[in-house]
Amino acid sequence: MLHIKCPHCGMRSQNEFSYGGDASVKRPELNKEITDEEWDNFVYNRKSLRGKHLELWQHLSGCRQWIKVERDTATHEIFNTYKAEEEIS
Amino acid sequence: MQKYSIFNLVKNAFSNHENWDLAWKDPAPKEEYDVVIIGGGGHGLATAYYLAKEHNITKVAIIEKGWIGGGNVGRNTTIIRSNYMHDENALFSEFGMNLWRNMSQDLNYNVMFSPRGIINLAHSDAQMNAYARRGNSMRLNGIDAVLLNREQVKEIIPMADFSENVRFPIFGGLMQPSAGTARHDAVAWGYARQADSMGVDIIQNCEVTGFDVTAGKINGIRTSRGNIKTKKVGLCVAGSTNILAEKLNMTLPIETHLLQACVSEPVKPVLDRVVTFGAGHFYISQSDKGEMVMGGDLDGYNSYAQRGNLPTLQHVLKEGIAMMPFLSKLKMLRTWGGIMDMSMDGSPIIDKTHIDGLYLNCGWCYGGFKATPASGWTFAHTIAQDRVHDLNAGFSLNRFSTGHLIDEKGLGTKTWIS
Repeated sequence: MLHIKCPHCGMRSQNEFSYGGDASVKRPELNKEITDEEWDNFVYNRKSLRGKHLELWQHLSGCRQWIKVERDTATHEIFNTYKAEEEIS
Repeated sequence: MQKYSIFNLVKNAFSNHENWDLAWKDPAPKEEYDVVIIGGGGHGLATAYYLAKEHNITKVAIIEKGWIGGGNVGRNTTIIRSNYMHDENALFSEFGMNLWRNMSQDLNYNVMFSPRGIINLAHSDAQMNAYARRGNSMRLNGIDAVLLNREQVKEIIPMADFSENVRFPIFGGLMQPSAGTARHDAVAWGYARQADSMGVDIIQNCEVTGFDVTAGKINGIRTSRGNIKTKKVGLCVAGSTNILAEKLNMTLPIETHLLQACVSEPVKPVLDRVVTFGAGHFYISQSDKGEMVMGGDLDGYNSYAQRGNLPTLQHVLKEGIAMMPFLSKLKMLRTWGGIMDMSMDGSPIIDKTHIDGLYLNCGWCYGGFKATPASGWTFAHTIAQDRVHDLNAGFSLNRFSTGHLIDEKGLGTKTWIS
């Protein structure tokens, strides 16, 4: 069982969250000419890193906020959690 | 190579079975090969076998980081089926069914193929309609499909919950009578033994650390046991695809996720089919040893852990108990997890790449085991002829750009996350 520290509610069990995938993926800017490749990279292509992975989770059965979690995909260690809009250095 | 037969069994009994040949050798890597297959799992071993058998290419090496058959071919739930609606999946899988039927004879190795039939349960009128449609599509492609009503299902699997007061009543089901199971390890070992006997080098404990690519062409690979020159490399590494793709500066429509399975304590024969729950994701069969073999959903987040987490297992088994209440009385014997190469439309990729001489075989999601022979056969063709076969033409890498997704479940992208 993972324990995820929601930046709004504190430490909660994994059962309260739903997963939203790689958080480093950026949607191409609106009203800008983009190539098919850029669109593919947004919709389909993923690095799927082994090790440190920044990902989106939603605290579905809690505050319902989307958050970012930095987790190791091999050990499941969670290093840090952030609010969705928080800048990560 | 020594043939496995009743005659040889008796003959070797006189020498206490101490003089059997090794099933495959343990060679050191040579300097150069015509083809290098990375990944000594079912698909890699099958590819090497068909390269030698169908295309007479025997200067082949299989490079395996651990030991052969130690990945997903050794930890799946052994289900074999071709109950697909879309032509690409259906024709490919049905071609594989024919290879399965002859595999024990072809490999001179008993893979214990058991065509016991699979039943997908339906729990609503809408689902019955969807199954009728899928069954018709299957029959148009020459695959056996039988739509069963509630009474017919009850006759076949009376231990399922047919009481009136249940959340997901059984309306009926779709059966593919020719589907079944096989002894998964024997598949890997059978392919390995035959490939080895035809001259393929099976190199274990050898990790690929890099690739030599110049001017868009592959020239060789770097491994923990030295450099190997080759003009053709086939990737068959399932959940590790992204790790190797990174070394090639490729980003693929694949994510690596963890899938669990489990077996109960062995019990007397109770279930002689493969059955799937239609209101969730749960499947079950009974092994020859009597264990109930069960599986279901992914853990749900990117993982290379090869070890599962309890909430998913609990969720999956709740579905099992909803479908077959007697399961609640069983003790769990073993649970395990493996890492799956989940493609973005739920269908696999067997294709050439933008790098000359680099071939890709990945994206098997939940269904890698049953695809082993057809995957090896078509991948061997793709590598040997440097072009895809009709059977795997649809499993292209660029279908995600062109929009020709093979979205079997009609769920859109990332079918496994929704």
